[in-house]
Amino acid sequence: MAEIQSYTMNFGPQHPAAHGVLRLVLEIEGETIQKADPHVGLLHRATEKLAETKPYNQSIGYMDRLDYVSMMCNEHAYVMAIEKLLGVQVPVRAQYIRVMFDEITRILNHLMWLGAHGLDIGAMTMFLYCFREREDLMDTYEAVSGTRMHATYYRPGGVYRDLPDSMPKYQESKFRSAKELDRMNSSREGSVLDFIDAFCDRFPGCVDEYETLLTDNRIWKQRTVNIGVVSPERAMQLGFSGPMLRGSGVEWDLRKKQPYDVYDKVDFDIPVGVNGDCYDRYLVRVEEMRQSNRIIKQCVAWLRDNPGPVIADDHKVTPPTRVEMKDDMESLIHHFKLFTEGYCVPQGEAYAAVEHPKGEFGIYIVSDGANKPYRLKIRAPGFAHLSAMSEMVEGHMLADVVAVIGTQDIVFGEVDR
Amino acid sequence: MSERYETLAAQIFERFGEQMRRVPSNCGELTYELDKDDLGKVATALRNEADFGFEMLMDVCGVDYLNYGSDEWLTNDATATGFSRGVERGPVILDEADEFDPERFAVVYHLLSLQHNIRLRLRVFTGTSNPPIVKSVVDIWNGANWFEREVFDLYGILFEGHPDLRRILTDYGFIGHPFRKDFPISGNVEVHYDEAEGRVVYKPVSIEPRTLVPRVIRDDNRYSADLKDANDG
Repeated sequence: MAEIQSYTMNFGPQHPAAHGVLRLVLEIEGETIQKADPHVGLLHRATEKLAETKPYNQSIGYMDRLDYVSMMCNEHAYVMAIEKLLGVQVPVRAQYIRVMFDEITRILNHLMWLGAHGLDIGAMTMFLYCFREREDLMDTYEAVSGTRMHATYYRPGGVYRDLPDSMPKYQESKFRSAKELDRMNSSREGSVLDFIDAFCDRFPGCVDEYETLLTDNRIWKQRTVNIGVVSPERAMQLGFSGPMLRGSGVEWDLRKKQPYDVYDKVDFDIPVGVNGDCYDRYLVRVEEMRQSNRIIKQCVAWLRDNPGPVIADDHKVTPPTRVEMKDDMESLIHHFKLFTEGYCVPQGEAYAAVEHPKGEFGIYIVSDGANKPYRLKIRAPGFAHLSAMSEMVEGHMLADVVAVIGTQDIVFGEVDR
Repeated sequence: MSERYETLAAQIFERFGEQMRRVPSNCGELTYELDKDDLGKVATALRNEADFGFEMLMDVCGVDYLNYGSDEWLTNDATATGFSRGVERGPVILDEADEFDPERFAVVYHLLSLQHNIRLRLRVFTGTSNPPIVKSVVDIWNGANWFEREVFDLYGILFEGHPDLRRILTDYGFIGHPFRKDFPISGNVEVHYDEAEGRVVYKPVSIEPRTLVPRVIRDDNRYSADLKDANDG
């Protein structure tokens, strides 16, 4: 009989289930993992060092590119850290817009996660279903910011502009009949809020569809139940956050515990897992989508009734309007100073954390009083999660590595920064 | 929120006395500086004792205070070369000083207590030694492993007692510590494909350094302490 020896195998960096550029050096005996050593950094762009060479506002766009499936949540942490240092007050309407888009982003992220995770462990249909809804949400991104993904919509002091009254529409082309065009544009006749409202009405039904396909699916459960179990003690010890922590049964959500913006004014629940395995984390994330939907609905209702400013009126930090600039010398000077030099942030340091779809996303800024951050540190949730990879896959089969990568919701934009 | 922070500050003062020195903050955060020799004991106490209960280490972050408080707006006469303002074009030296300024490198720890719902920041200066070295906290918070590897990779700070201190974000065989302030933003080397050798090789970087927006520090009286008090009152 042949002797079984342990051997080393490379997983990635080019592998469809590695969620980007993960190189995983696996020590395997037979098909059982003994040790996993993730090699990261293949997508390292030194965002933090680049930010040190730019005025504060010019780095907002870099934040989108960190975790490139939950763009606006990254921006949120960054502008919050600056606001903390500057002491700028954000208008309530801007806070509601931010919360609404944070939750839209959460749904975007979880849909991406569900689709990719499903695809990795054998549920092809999920990918198609999830991307159908993602498309609508990216259109809301486009409506407010002009881009579908890298929005750069949040600003220190508020958001870039108010919600527009119209949605972008599909254009006529020789590939679409007039009837088809009407059908596609039928939900886009009203304002952005109408569109989001209609989405919220439809979305719980979509989540039901996903759950019909997965929650009681025998194959899905075989691939996820009791895979990658993390006890609550270990989860805390390893610095887990977000659904990875809640899946292990720790009730911790920054939106409830350390509410920022208007999270203390909206009503929602925190789902918590029991066993700390991949299946529980799946249930937690699916329920989070339903809760996000609830939050968005409340925000839409509030935003309809309460018009108002969406960015602070402090022109040392936020630019004046074009109209003001036309006949007001001071506004013109403010505009010139802001766009050539930026604003100086008082000396000090601040750490601002948001409940990002993946966990606690924190921005730590050290300022020495200049117009550029002295040091910017991005605390990426995925970084802490991936460092526990070895512990989570030890003793599992090779195929379960894919399930664990999926359940950690790894995106290399934020892990490598 | 702030009330709880004051309670914690009082408890910390009572328990650690002069070991932990509070750093004033104007955005309501608790920051403490401590000597690197005290780090192990203090961290263990902060994690295990019921008053503190900081069971989570959220972040470990290196800071290089080399250029702290200096700006690039030092030109006295007009420049015709635009982007070159504020750019130093000296040869790039890897840091081979015998000793560092004691306040040059710091390691910053962000702690979180779930039971008390409170955050705390610790800062430890690495002292004068080259290479800078502090004690690892991996055995206290296991999650520190990769964070300390990252600090080592980017700043060259060694962590005594770390089980596996390898580079993590930079390329295999990288030379230098890129987040140090004396490391140029464009790096020292670039890669290109060499036809003759048939592989990708390194060569010195060919990008000209330039500054689009110079770094300036303005003493803004809106943030001065006197005015703030006047406004609040």
